[in-house]
Amino acid sequence: MTDLDSMIPNTLAYPILTVLTFLPIVGGLLLMLVPSSSHRLIRTSALGMTLLTFLLSLPLFTSFDKSTWMMQFTENRPWIEAWNINYSLGVDGISVLFVLLSTLVAILCVLISWTAIEQKVKEFHVAILIIEGAMIGVFCSLDLFLFYVFWEAMLIPMYLLIGIWGGPGRLYATIKFFLYTLVGSLLMLIGIITLYLKGGQTFSIPELMAQAPGFSVELQLTLWVAFFAAFAVKVPMFPVHTWLPDAHTEAPTAGSVILAAVLIKMGAYGFLRFSIPFFPGATQLMAVPMMALSVVAIVYGAVICYGQTDLKRLIAYSSVSHMGFVTLGIFALNTQGLEGGILQMLNHGVVTGGLFLMVGAVYERTHSREIAYYGGMARSLPVYAVFFMVLTLSAIGFPTTNGFIGEFLILLGGFARHKPLGVVAATGVILGAGYMLWLYRRVFFQETSENVSALQDLTGREIVAVLPMLIFVFWIGLYPNAFLGFMHASVEHLIAQVGQAEETLTLAQVLMGR
Amino acid sequence: MDITMVHILIPALPFLAFLVNGLLGARLIRDQAHWVATLAVAGSWVLSVMTLMDVLHGKTFYGNIYTWISSGGLDVSVGFSIDPLTAVMLIVVTTVSTLVHVYSVGYMHGERGYWRFYAYLSLFTFSMLMLVMSNNFVQLFFGWEAVGLCSYLLIGFYYDKEAAAVAGSKAFIVNRFGDFGFALGVFLVFLTFGSLDYRTVFAALSGWESPVVEVFGLEADLVTVIALLLFCGAVGKSAQIPLHVWLPDAMEGPTPVSALIHAATMVTAGVFLVARCNPLFNLSATAMSTVAIVGAITSLFAATIALVQNDIKRVVAYSTISQLGYMVLACGVGAYSAGIFHLYTHAFFKALLFLGAGSVIHAVHDQDIRNMGGLFKHMKITAITFWIASLSISGFPLLAGFFSKDEILWMAYASGGVQGKLLWLVGTLVALLTAFYSFRLIFLTFHGEFRGGHEKEHHLHESSPVITVPLIILCVGAVASGWVGLPPVFGMENQFAHFLQPVLGHPEAHGTHAEEWMVMGVSVAVGLLGIGAAWVLYGRRSDLPARLGALANGVPYRWLLNKYYVDELYNLVFIRATVAAARNVLVAVTDGAVIEGIVNGVPAMIGRISEKVRGLQTGVLHHYASIMAFGVLLLFAIVIGWGGG
Repeated sequence: MTDLDSMIPNTLAYPILTVLTFLPIVGGLLLMLVPSSSHRLIRTSALGMTLLTFLLSLPLFTSFDKSTWMMQFTENRPWIEAWNINYSLGVDGISVLFVLLSTLVAILCVLISWTAIEQKVKEFHVAILIIEGAMIGVFCSLDLFLFYVFWEAMLIPMYLLIGIWGGPGRLYATIKFFLYTLVGSLLMLIGIITLYLKGGQTFSIPELMAQAPGFSVELQLTLWVAFFAAFAVKVPMFPVHTWLPDAHTEAPTAGSVILAAVLIKMGAYGFLRFSIPFFPGATQLMAVPMMALSVVAIVYGAVICYGQTDLKRLIAYSSVSHMGFVTLGIFALNTQGLEGGILQMLNHGVVTGGLFLMVGAVYERTHSREIAYYGGMARSLPVYAVFFMVLTLSAIGFPTTNGFIGEFLILLGGFARHKPLGVVAATGVILGAGYMLWLYRRVFFQETSENVSALQDLTGREIVAVLPMLIFVFWIGLYPNAFLGFMHASVEHLIAQVGQAEETLTLAQVLMGR
Repeated sequence: MDITMVHILIPALPFLAFLVNGLLGARLIRDQAHWVATLAVAGSWVLSVMTLMDVLHGKTFYGNIYTWISSGGLDVSVGFSIDPLTAVMLIVVTTVSTLVHVYSVGYMHGERGYWRFYAYLSLFTFSMLMLVMSNNFVQLFFGWEAVGLCSYLLIGFYYDKEAAAVAGSKAFIVNRFGDFGFALGVFLVFLTFGSLDYRTVFAALSGWESPVVEVFGLEADLVTVIALLLFCGAVGKSAQIPLHVWLPDAMEGPTPVSALIHAATMVTAGVFLVARCNPLFNLSATAMSTVAIVGAITSLFAATIALVQNDIKRVVAYSTISQLGYMVLACGVGAYSAGIFHLYTHAFFKALLFLGAGSVIHAVHDQDIRNMGGLFKHMKITAITFWIASLSISGFPLLAGFFSKDEILWMAYASGGVQGKLLWLVGTLVALLTAFYSFRLIFLTFHGEFRGGHEKEHHLHESSPVITVPLIILCVGAVASGWVGLPPVFGMENQFAHFLQPVLGHPEAHGTHAEEWMVMGVSVAVGLLGIGAAWVLYGRRSDLPARLGALANGVPYRWLLNKYYVDELYNLVFIRATVAAARNVLVAVTDGAVIEGIVNGVPAMIGRISEKVRGLQTGVLHHYASIMAFGVLLLFAIVIGWGGG
C-alpha cells in the first residue's frame, strides 16, 4: 500500500478541507482589524464566519462516499521538502463527522456568548475562530507534523479562553490544563520524531500505517505509550482527568462547550487514527488494560458525581464517565464497540456540549453554579426544563435518544470482548441514571427557589443555540444508520489493520523481554 | 400474515395524541386535552378489538417496518408480532387506558398541567403498546424504558411536592437495577444466537444444547444465566423482591396513574416478559424454580405488609405487589397462561380498587383510612363496586379473581414434588391474608362511623358520573372477565388457556379431579375466613386490632408497619454509602490528596530543588518548563535506548 492508493482527491469546486481549516483562521485574523468597540459588528461577523464555514462543510455530509474506507477530499502538496513534510489533508469515516461537529459547535458558541461576553469581545471571537480552524485541521491532517502543529495551535487560544474570560479560579485551572496537556504533547512529539526516524523518514500518516505495524512489539509498545500520554490526558482517562473539572468549571460557556464537544474528542480520535493502526501489536496487548482503565473511569467518574455541589463540575465528572464508555468501545476492537465508541464521541459532544450551553444560559442570569441555589425551575422556566430533560435522557441512555445507541453498541461490544469488564461497565447505566435524575430533581423539581422564580425562560437566540443539539439527540437516536453508515467501511478496515497483528504474546511476556 | 395499517395505528394513535397535546397543549388545547387523548386511545381500543377478532380466527401477524440500528452483525428493527398473547395484552392495555382517560376527566379536572397529564398518559399508552407488540428484544427494551419514563413523569406529576419528585426518581433508578441484568441478558442472547428477533432466537432453541459456562467461579447452564438475567428486568418492572421498594412510593402519583400504570399495565410487563420468553425459561429448571420462589416470597411478603398499612393507596399497592407475585409464581411453575389469565382479571379488579380509592380520596381529601369510615351511605356506587372488586380479589366463587387465582393455586399444587406443595401452601396463606386486608380496608373505609369530623362529613358525596361510569364498567370485568377461563373440572375446556396455548404451551398437571376440587374448596374457605376475620376485627371488636398490635411489645407490628425496614437498609447501603464514598474518598482522597497532590506536588518539589540549586526566583511556569525539558530529555533517552534495541 502506498501513499496515493488510499487517497481519493477532492473533486469539489473548492479545496474543501483547506477552506474549512483556514477560513475561520483567516477570518479571525481579519477580525483583528475591526475596532474593538464595535461589539455588534464583531459578533455578527464572527457569526457570519462560522455560519459560512458550516455551510461550506455540508458537502462532507452529502458527498461523502460511504462505501470506501479510503481518505476522501484529499489535498496533497509538499511543504518542507527537506524533511519530507507535506501539506496533506483528507477525511475518512472516522474523522468526517467530527469536522462537521466542529463547524456546528462553533456557531453555537458564538450564539451563546452573544451577551455573556462583554470584556475583550474582539479577542474572544478571534480566539474562538482560531480554535475552530485548528480543530478542523487536527481532524483533517494526514501528515503527522501538520497534525502536531494544529494540535498545539489550538491549545494556545484555549488557554487564553479560560485564562481571560474564565471564572474566579481561572488561573489555577489554566495552569493545570497547560501542565497536563503539555506533558502529554511532548511525549507525543518524541513519539512522532521516533516514528519519523524509524518509519522511513516520513510523516505521512497513510505511509506510516503501512510501515509502523512492522516494528518490533517492543518498539510499538514504547511508541504506543508515548502517544497514549497525549491522548489519555485529552480524553481524559483516569487518573489524568483532574484538569477537566477545573477547566470546565472555570471556562466561559463557549470554552466549556468546545472542550466538551470537540477538544476532548481529540484524544479518542488519536487512539483511532494513530495508536490502533500504527501499532496493532501493541494495541492488541494493551486492549484489555485499556478496557479496564475505561471501566474504572466509567465507575469512578459516575460515583464522584454524587459528591458534587457545583453544576458544571458535576457535568465535567460525568464527562469522565461518558468518555470511559468511548474508550471502552474503541478498545473492544470489534465492530459494535468501535462504531459505538465513535458514535458516542459524537453523542457526548452533542449532549455534554448541549448541557454546558444550557448551564451557561442560566449562569448568565444567576451567576451561580451551586446546585443548591436552584430548585423548582420546571415551574418558572418550562421550556428550559423540557430541553434539559431531553439532554438528561440522552445522558442516561434512554432509547430513542442518541445516548442509547452509543451505550448499547459499546456495552455489547465490550461485553463480547471481555465479559467481566462488560458487566462492571454496565453498572454505569445505573449510576448515571442516579446522579442525573438527582440533579434534575434538585434543580427542576421540588419547591421553586426564590432565586429562580423570576428568571426569564430561554430566549429565542438561546433556543436557536441549543435546538440543533436536541435535533441531533433524536436524529441519531431514531435513525442512527445515517451516522453509522459513514463508519462501516472505515471501521471494518481498522479492524482488519489491527487483526493482522500477532496475538500470541502477552503483555507480561513482552515486558519481561519475551 | 403481514402487518397492516390497522396494527401500526394501534400505537400510532396515542403517539399522535401525545405530539398534539405535547406541542399545543400549553397554549392552545389546555383544558380540552382529554378529547385528543381519549379519542386516540378509544381508537386504539377499537382497532385492538378488531385485531383480537382476527387472532381468535386463527390469524397471526408479523413484520418489520423499519430498520433501526445496523452495526456489524447486529440488525435491530422496529417490528410487530401479533399472536394470542399480544392480542390479550392489547385488550387489557387499551381497555383500562381508555377507562382511565375518561375517569381522569373528572378526577384531574382543574389541575394545573391538565394537558401535560394527558400528554403523558398518551405517551405511556403508546410505549406500553410498543412493548407488547414488539417482535424483538430491543424494541421491547425501548417500550420497557419508555413506560418507565412515563411512570417517572407521572409519579412526579406534582413535582413541586418533594415526596412525589423523590418517588419518581426512585422508581426509575430501582428499575435500572433490573434493566442492568436485563441488558446483559439481551447481550448474551445476541452473542449466543446472533440475533435479537424473538422468532430467530426461539426457533434456534429447539434442539439446542445449552453449553455450561463459568460465572464468577460457578458452573451454570448458559440458558439458566440468560433466563435469570432477563428475569432481573421482570423483577424490577413487576416490583418483585428485592426490587419492590419503588412501587409503594409510586403512589405519590395521581390515582388514575396508579390504576393504569402501577396496577393494570406497566407493572405486569415483567410477567409478560417471562411469558413471552417461555421457550427460554422452559429450558432451565433452575431458572423456573427461581422465578416461582421469588414470586411466592414476594406475594407473601407484600401481603403481610398490607395487613397494617393505613394509607388507602398503599394497602392497594402492596396488594398489587402480592398479586404480581402470584403471576410470577404461575410462570415459574410453567403455568404461563394462568399467570396471564390472572394478569387479565387483575387488571379489572385492581384498576377498579384504585379508581374506587381515588373516588374516596376525591370525596374525603385524605388518604388515611383511620380518618374514614361509614362512607357506604354517602357514596353507594363507589362502595358497592369496591365491595365487588374486593370479593373478586378475595376469590369469592364465580367472580373473576376466583377463577384466575384458583388456576394458579391448582397449577402450583399440580406442578409436583415438595416444591409444588409448598408453593401451593404459601399461595393459600396469601389468599387468606389477601381477603383479610382487603376487607379490613372495606370495613374501615365504608362502614362504622365517619372519623374525619362533622365538618367534613357534611360535604361527603358520590363522585360524578364521569368517575362512577368507569367504575361500573370495570366492575362488570371484575365479575365476569373470569368466565372465559372456566376450569376443566367444571366440565368444559379452559377457553383462555386454549387460546394462548400456541404461544405459551400447557403444563402437565399432576393431580386428580378430587385434588383439584380440594384446592378450590380450600381457597374459597380461606377467602371467607379472611373476610370473616376482618369483619370481627374491624366490624365488631374494634378493641382487638390494638391488642394484636401490642403483642410481643409491638415488635412484629412495627416491622410490618415499617415494611421490614427494607427502605432504610437500601438507603444506608446504596445511597448513603455511595454519597459518602464520593465525598470522603473520591473527592477528598483519590482526586484530592493523591492525584492533585502529585500534580501540584511534583512541580513544587522540583521547583524547590531548582531554587536551591540555582538560587533563582522565578514564576511557576519556569518550574514547569524546567521539568518538561528535563523529562523530555530523559524520555527521549528511554525511547531511543530501549525501544530502538
